[in-house]
Amino acid sequence: MSETKTGQTRKVTIKAFRFNAETDYLPSYKSYTMEVGKDELILDLLNRIKWEHDGSFSYRRSCRHGICGACAIKVNGKATLACKQNAMELLDLFNNELVFEPSSTKRAVKDMIIDKSDFWEKHAAVKPYVVADIDPHPEHETKQSIAEFNKFLDSDLCIQCGACHYSCPALEANEDYLGPAALNAAYRFTVDTRDTAAKERLEITAQSGSGVWDCVKCYECAEACPKEINPIEKITKLHNMQFEQGVAVSNVATRHAEGFVRSIKKHGFLDEADIVVYSEGYLGMYKHIKTAIKMARAGKIHWEDGLPWVDNMPKIKNLEEVQKLIEISQTNKL
Amino acid sequence: MSEQLHYALYTGCTAKQSTPELLSSTLAVADKLGIKITILEEASCCGASHLQDFDEFLAHVLNARNICYAEKLGLTMITICNTCQLNSAMTKHALDSDPELKARVNEKLAEVGLEYKGTSEIKHFLYALIDDYGLDNIKNKVTTPLSAFNIAPFYGCHNIRPSELHGSSNGGENPYKPTSLDSLIDALEGNPVDYEHKNKCCGFHVELQANHTSEVLAGNAMIDAVDNNADLMVTPCPLCHLKMDTYQDSVGKVIGRDIELPVLHMPQMVALALGCSEKEIGLNFHVQKATQIFTEARA
Repeated sequence: MSETKTGQTRKVTIKAFRFNAETDYLPSYKSYTMEVGKDELILDLLNRIKWEHDGSFSYRRSCRHGICGACAIKVNGKATLACKQNAMELLDLFNNELVFEPSSTKRAVKDMIIDKSDFWEKHAAVKPYVVADIDPHPEHETKQSIAEFNKFLDSDLCIQCGACHYSCPALEANEDYLGPAALNAAYRFTVDTRDTAAKERLEITAQSGSGVWDCVKCYECAEACPKEINPIEKITKLHNMQFEQGVAVSNVATRHAEGFVRSIKKHGFLDEADIVVYSEGYLGMYKHIKTAIKMARAGKIHWEDGLPWVDNMPKIKNLEEVQKLIEISQTNKL
Repeated sequence: MSEQLHYALYTGCTAKQSTPELLSSTLAVADKLGIKITILEEASCCGASHLQDFDEFLAHVLNARNICYAEKLGLTMITICNTCQLNSAMTKHALDSDPELKARVNEKLAEVGLEYKGTSEIKHFLYALIDDYGLDNIKNKVTTPLSAFNIAPFYGCHNIRPSELHGSSNGGENPYKPTSLDSLIDALEGNPVDYEHKNKCCGFHVELQANHTSEVLAGNAMIDAVDNNADLMVTPCPLCHLKMDTYQDSVGKVIGRDIELPVLHMPQMVALALGCSEKEIGLNFHVQKATQIFTEARA
């Protein structure tokens, strides 16, 4: 970096997570003060901690071009690809305080370096490759139209940095969940016209407990991705494809999604009591009795809500428009 | 304010059913502040991201129809639920940026005599209050300062993420360090509680199919608020409210802690500070006892 003029550098104290799984019982945070220039990247600051302050400070880095995915860390809780992120931008965003942490503190091996084995296991589980019978002596290349290619273009930009995976709260609460990166990969190969394993992959991603139905819809992955892939958008597409291709089986999650049409057709509004009964089935309602009683006591629901012969529901004006639109626009069935 | 603010209110389903207190407090706040509200009685459910999982195109058609009714009035559409905000804004964004999709949707809407044009903005009531009405103007109307309460702001995912979608309607809120609710609490003279989980997920959307995940996420947020001395929590999203208020007992069992934390809707908190009536604020509709807050605020 060349000479910086006054006002173009800022004196900053960075707090960095320090931990060595081999020797430390608990992690600690150490502070490093430095003048930060306007063109410096977070990766430059990681380098300067190591080169100017403490040679034992550890982190992964390789390409420096935003394509290898090695240098993903969290800065103030924000998933950050260190080699792509200007430091001043984050200083502005976080009022001049920076905290460097590994993508997942509980998986820390040394400082910024984490054990990503769970990421790779999930990734491998969705068959993240084109499955096809390949002619060993082809006479010409496999052709794809631009439209076919565009279907997976942005999902193909994934660099497996783990930014979305380690920002996903569903994964933190449920270790079986495949997570946004693996599901994005599943989508990428499922829509590839050369691939023949679409159904198999859709079945993998339709599993209760691990598949798309365990996504909590928080949009952390969309916010985290340094390649702007928007994984949750791909998860929504996988949901839709499960219905389109007849892979979706009737269960509490699929009935819950489909049940919205049933309610909207009748009332315009979602019938909050009916959607629970319809999704769970009458036998499944035992789980909700305690909550229902509490809600009824507070006047949030009425004891007769959900009985098939009672209709307490408010209705929207011009309901027939909605009914007509459903009739002519609905494309999927359960 | 020279010109009276006037909005088309998209109530969503929850405010018409399990959270009547959300609708009554919203209308009471608008009334106190002299904001004119026209309720979109024709509007249907936004799909809550679940209809989107089943049939994304149908969800766009229905949401576009809702927006048509705000456009007909020539008004900004305001929402009082984060998930309504997200799904309406997603349809608007999809249609405004994809002429082919817009044409396909309008072909359907034409069958019922409607056309989506893209002329109405969509914003959550929280940001209408802050960015259009103004915090200073709200501050001037406070009759019951909330200084007795440590209030934990819980932002709810769908107002702050994805930031690219919401940037123009939520004052450019930083999803990793949101400030709008904190500054609103400040303006009402309450004490905002700073805690890590204020911008995290409550788990509502997987309540049925992944109950454990849902309970853990809600629990993490509530415990964090309580451990930082919150007396109550406030949220702009009725789905966050439902998760944390009605399931507080079962959440407590899953995470092994007793929790007693009233969870207020954002407009209830404002209504309390503006001196609205007990009936309008509707604290009696909460599962976790909250009626004492009305008396405590006025003590």
